[in-house]
Amino acid sequence: MLLFVEQFLNGLQFGLLLFLLAAGLTLVFGIMDLVNLAHGSFYMLGAYFAATFTALTGSFIGGVVLALAATLLVGMAVEVIAMRRLYRRDHLDHVLATFGLILFFNELVRLIWGPAGMNLTLPSWLNTSVEILPDVQYSMYRLSIIVVALAVAIALYLIVMRTRVGMLIRAGASNREMISALGINIKLLYTFVFGVGAALAGLAGLMQAAILTAQIGMGENILILAFVVIIIGGIGSIRGAFIAAIFVGLIDTVGRAFLPDLLKLALSPAAAATAAPALSSMLIYLVMAIILVVRPAGLFPAPGSR
Amino acid sequence: MMPALTLRNVVVALLLLMLFLVPVYAAVIGNNFVLSLFTRIVILAMAATSLNLIMGYGGMVSFGHAAYLGIGGYVVGILAYEGILSGFLQWPLALLVSALIAFVIGLLSLRTRGVYFIMITLAFAQMIYYVGVSLNRYGADDGLTIYRRSQFGDLINLSNKTVFYYLCLVLLLASIYLVWRLVNSRFGMAIQGARSNDRRMHAIGFPTFRYRLTCFVIAGTICGLAGVLLANHTDFISPAVMHWTRSGDLIVMVVLGGMGSLFGPLIGTVAFLALEEWLSGITEYWQIIFGPLLLAIVLFARGGIDGLLAGIRRD
Amino acid sequence: MRKTLVAAGALLALAAGPGITSAMAQQKSVKIGFVSTFSGPTAVIGNDMRNSFELALDHIGRKMGGLPVEVVYEDDQQKPEVGKQKTEKLIESDKVDFVVGYIWSNVLLASLKPVVDSKTFLVIANAGPSQVAGELCSPYVFSTSWNNDQTPQAIGHYMNQKGVKSVYLLGPNYAAGKDMLAGVASTFKGKVIGQDLTKWPDQLDFSAELTKVKAAKPDAVFVFYPGAAGVQFLNQYAQAGLKGTIPLYTAFTIDELSLPRQKELALGVPGAQEWVNDLPNETNKKYVADYRAKYKSRPSFYGAQSYDAVGLINSAVVAVKGDLSKKDAMRDEMRKANFKSVRGPFKYGNNHVPIQNFYLQDVVKDGDELVLKTVATIVKDSQDEHHKKCPMKW
Repeated sequence: MLLFVEQFLNGLQFGLLLFLLAAGLTLVFGIMDLVNLAHGSFYMLGAYFAATFTALTGSFIGGVVLALAATLLVGMAVEVIAMRRLYRRDHLDHVLATFGLILFFNELVRLIWGPAGMNLTLPSWLNTSVEILPDVQYSMYRLSIIVVALAVAIALYLIVMRTRVGMLIRAGASNREMISALGINIKLLYTFVFGVGAALAGLAGLMQAAILTAQIGMGENILILAFVVIIIGGIGSIRGAFIAAIFVGLIDTVGRAFLPDLLKLALSPAAAATAAPALSSMLIYLVMAIILVVRPAGLFPAPGSR
Repeated sequence: MMPALTLRNVVVALLLLMLFLVPVYAAVIGNNFVLSLFTRIVILAMAATSLNLIMGYGGMVSFGHAAYLGIGGYVVGILAYEGILSGFLQWPLALLVSALIAFVIGLLSLRTRGVYFIMITLAFAQMIYYVGVSLNRYGADDGLTIYRRSQFGDLINLSNKTVFYYLCLVLLLASIYLVWRLVNSRFGMAIQGARSNDRRMHAIGFPTFRYRLTCFVIAGTICGLAGVLLANHTDFISPAVMHWTRSGDLIVMVVLGGMGSLFGPLIGTVAFLALEEWLSGITEYWQIIFGPLLLAIVLFARGGIDGLLAGIRRD
Repeated sequence: MRKTLVAAGALLALAAGPGITSAMAQQKSVKIGFVSTFSGPTAVIGNDMRNSFELALDHIGRKMGGLPVEVVYEDDQQKPEVGKQKTEKLIESDKVDFVVGYIWSNVLLASLKPVVDSKTFLVIANAGPSQVAGELCSPYVFSTSWNNDQTPQAIGHYMNQKGVKSVYLLGPNYAAGKDMLAGVASTFKGKVIGQDLTKWPDQLDFSAELTKVKAAKPDAVFVFYPGAAGVQFLNQYAQAGLKGTIPLYTAFTIDELSLPRQKELALGVPGAQEWVNDLPNETNKKYVADYRAKYKSRPSFYGAQSYDAVGLINSAVVAVKGDLSKKDAMRDEMRKANFKSVRGPFKYGNNHVPIQNFYLQDVVKDGDELVLKTVATIVKDSQDEHHKKCPMKW
């Protein structure tokens, strides 16, 4: 039981992190119709910025705030310099161009920070464990990731549903022509959305950095999972991304946690030891394939999207 | 399709001439590495050509195409490991397995469109990748060394590097020819039609799903053959050739060269690998040049290098 | 038009470059090709190997048997086929006399055939897949490192000495990872109550596995996470509240490259190694001191093994007085391991893998600095099991 509660929290934490990454991706995809492989680069930059600024200012919170601002700025700059020229182009042009950006950012980070990677040191009040249930200790930091990510998810929901900017975003996701027809500040909206998406990815990256450290190329593998999330959730749907992210996070963790023991019931211990890691690695992809075979446009396709 | 003396045709002709002369050149300067490098280029160009068939002409963007390289390679590797060296057995079996797997993946994937198709093909490729990683008997993650190349009796000796290179080149040209015949047939017209408007093609009586599936299987089979060649070339096969980044590389090669152009994938592969070899010789930080270069090609050269050469926008 | 012609010409010229120079070089030097990872996050390891190799060459005046030494460094990008391609280039285009390096077992296995087929000597400075010690052993291949299971076997012995009754094993799901876990299990006399192989190199979050460890309540945990993953693992081990609760034993997880980032988290965590920077022989003292002076950091075991590669090659070249065509004589000399190794004297087994001691290293505070320190000799003259499968006799 204790095991189960803890594993559930592990999965939830991973899922929420995926959501932060997927939210920006699905917005940019839904509104600008842009496939951005370089989204993972913002995740990486967030981590490196936070590690640098925390060391520089000596304050964890200060470092985080500065890192978020920096990622937002880099995101907006990338949009202005490169992305806005790509909106009307084919998806494959996006793939090639943003693939080029990945290479650029990885090499840039290596040039600036060196190949070894960086640590983000947690303040002591975060680096402890708390008793969440009688006799169940859980990492304070992982718990705070859950809280922060949930707060961001709620804020995002309120902005998208209750504000004028949110209305424009929603309109854009379901009907791009209409929002262009409105004509007002459309460029600014795009830059803003792209920047916020980048900052959200940066937030995910810097929160992970305290657990996984900042590494070159850290964004690529998790980006694939973020794509899995927005595909399962349905492109352009924040709600879909949220549900799918939690789902993927739980599946992944539960697979790693319980699959080996489950397989031992059916197979010999040796066969189970071989099959379990392979099966738990491919579990997410298996689930995505099944979902797409049954529902070819994801679980919650945004209205009006292809 | 009358060859005219355009810049693009001249470049393609020069490229082909160069490819034919590579072994001569390698012999003259006594450097076999050039031959080895170009054998790899030719084999990957073949994989890119097969991807172009579904992606460039059929609008089916497969993000899992490298899986067939692995499948073709693993059939050769596993058979060789088990003592079956005859190419007459290895090769047809490799093609058959590639075709079968492509058939199953296509059958399940072709119901989806656009980005959903990209991701479902990725999903299947990832599953195959992890199967490769768990093949303990065949080296798992470490891969499998192939000690003897496929044996074809007295017919052809694959261990002779020049012979092997020309075989790869001939098979590449054959694949390009096959793609050319396909896209200019009724079948090919239907495929290209279905790319822009599937419903209309279906309405005028084309069984588009079956056509697209056939196309997908053909592409998978050609790529499987490229995998057979790659395994024989490197004398080695490992799950790494199926990693999703390798599928990404293939897409980049095709887009870089020019999608939906017959020789585009070849141009793209040569450009990609030659640039990599050249730039990495100049600076350790070569990707900082290579990355923006790709971006610039997208921004300023629609239709890749081929489009740049043709000087017109392709659609 | 002209541009493309120039490009095509440049392509050919580019391919021609190295070939022409090597054809003119003749046998006036000892050419060594060095294959390691110089890009991506694991470039840290490759750089340490290169630094040590260069330092070793400096120490012998960059000459072997009177001939100047030329080194060509190639980056394998941690990919097997790239490594193989670079190895072929070194052999066929640069026409090197020795190939050295290889961090990763999969890169090494892919590159083995061209080296052995061309009868070029290969000195492996790190990777230790069991095949190369066993059925794939070759008269042209020598190792200055170890076989994969030797180090974890030593840790297994050490846990027996410490009276550990039950252990949980964690490692990445690739060949070396499986070899490591199997190695511990083969010498550990207590019970293995759990084992997890994690996705490699994608998975760096170990929350699910650590929760299982917590629930299983073992006496000890053994991990193998090389490179940056070692930093991440120790980080999470502490965050999960396991540090100080369940003792941790490691192999290749804490070294001089990862320690500056693991810091206090590594304090008191033991590991086994065939070389530690404070081994008290003269060669090692000079190596470590000069390395620290030249590169302002401490060398790692990867570097030490690369340093020894120079010693081994030098002994062979000196023995034939620079006549590199005498391959049999060179091999006979190398089999004697007749050079001053930084790990102290060792012998070669019939499979050309060292028969050597394994030491227990611990992380201790030296003033403000954290350093690795030799605590004890766990096993003397350890030889891998696979040598029985190697048909070579001498």
